[in-house]
Amino acid sequence: MTQRTVLDAPDMKRAMTRIAHEIIESNKGSDDLVLLGIPRRGVPLATRLAEQIASISGRPEMASELVGSLDITMYRDDLRSGAYRAPEPTTIPAEGIDAKTVVLVDDVLFSGRTIRAALDALSDLGRPSKVRLAVLVDRGHRDLPIRADHVGKNLPTSSSERVNVSLAEIDGDDGVTISGGRE
Amino acid sequence: MKHLLDTVSLSREDAISILDIAEEMAQVSEREVKKLPVLRGRTVVNLFFEDSTRTRLSFEAAAKRLSADVLNFSAKGSSVSKGESLQDTIQTISAMGADALVVRHPGSGTPHRLAHTGWIDVPVVNAGDGTHEHPTQALLDAFTLRRALGGFCASGAVKDGPRGRGLDGAKVAIVGDVLHSRVARSNVHLLANLGAEVHLIAPPTLLPWGVETWPVTLHYDLDEALHSEEFAAVMMLRVQHERMHESFFPNEREYARLWGLSAARLAGLPKETFIMHPGPMNRGFEISAAAADSPRALILDQVENGVSVRMAVLYRLLTGQEETND
Repeated sequence: MTQRTVLDAPDMKRAMTRIAHEIIESNKGSDDLVLLGIPRRGVPLATRLAEQIASISGRPEMASELVGSLDITMYRDDLRSGAYRAPEPTTIPAEGIDAKTVVLVDDVLFSGRTIRAALDALSDLGRPSKVRLAVLVDRGHRDLPIRADHVGKNLPTSSSERVNVSLAEIDGDDGVTISGGRE
Repeated sequence: MKHLLDTVSLSREDAISILDIAEEMAQVSEREVKKLPVLRGRTVVNLFFEDSTRTRLSFEAAAKRLSADVLNFSAKGSSVSKGESLQDTIQTISAMGADALVVRHPGSGTPHRLAHTGWIDVPVVNAGDGTHEHPTQALLDAFTLRRALGGFCASGAVKDGPRGRGLDGAKVAIVGDVLHSRVARSNVHLLANLGAEVHLIAPPTLLPWGVETWPVTLHYDLDEALHSEEFAAVMMLRVQHERMHESFFPNEREYARLWGLSAARLAGLPKETFIMHPGPMNRGFEISAAAADSPRALILDQVENGVSVRMAVLYRLLTGQEETND
């Protein structure tokens, strides 16, 4: 099976830095901002973005107050038909999400079904004033009318290919590769 | 996992996964919207052939929090009193469309029978059958113990709870009417499976045949046992008058004096020993008011955790496609 690297560690770092700046720009600062990572790989990405945003804003200590995780397992549309999945923890910053700008963070945007589930999950937790979406890779092939606000890399793929994101926190090293597809 | 019929056949991995899911479910109770869309459009039927307050309400609350429709059936006031057989009752319910059965029945083994006769092909949860098992009670006891022994708040939402852990090394005493207690049977196997060291303390007349094959240590004297061992938790069992058709002890006063958790015995326990009781309590009999209302009693936490644990069980059984072996 062929496998090629699309983003290496420095590429990924640059993409994340750019997204952090874009989020601050569109939010006009870091006030009332909450970053919610979608397990599993969205969570470390959200933590990294929060650290960058906090240090850009000159308050590195506030990174942990910005970030949380949002598990969408219970909101999936394939709970009955898909394989059994154990839920992961959801943690929301102490101040909650009411009247905040919530940025959902995930590694790959594909069908859009995960984000549909995340929006449902979010509305059960509170009422954010705005919801934005940041993803490391947008690989196309949407099933639902959903788009990302901040994208690390737009990656044209065929639907038979597989996009693999590795993160240092989970997999030991950073990188995005594509494998599979027609030879 | 298709059914939850007992804890004997529940693997350690499955048990811990249910307790971990229950940790997530406990978070839901503190949210703005205390409901999950997991079982939307599905019907859970509560079949209660025997009286119950907390188990039935707890299962009903659990199913409703997961957005299921709930049909409640109790044998009193139903066609069962006109002589309808179990098979006909079940097939009637099946024809109305059920996605899961929660069954309590005075006959040991009834849930197993429903799961295997082919009268109805849906997941069956045992909510207590005769003197056999009551697996969800044992799971909620294990959940409460895992919280309390890990130094966490015993009930409610905990941010970084004791996920992934068992009860390894915990010394737990189960005291009283083991013979008639399905709670004791389920707890013995589940707690031992989770790594706890289980001690049964009871008069020989209230221990079942074959108890020596269980993974437990036996004691026949409460004071001696409490004196010689340091228990992390003491679980008092209800004396089940309704199942007692012979004399198992001379009289109630003697039982209370020899086997009850009195104020004096409570005072003699180590400060960090937790008190548990599956309810309903016979106050002043197997447990004194002093023990039941003491700050280290986990009795109300057990009830509160029941909803989260039963949500986890329904979630585990009713989501995901799995190949069935039976």
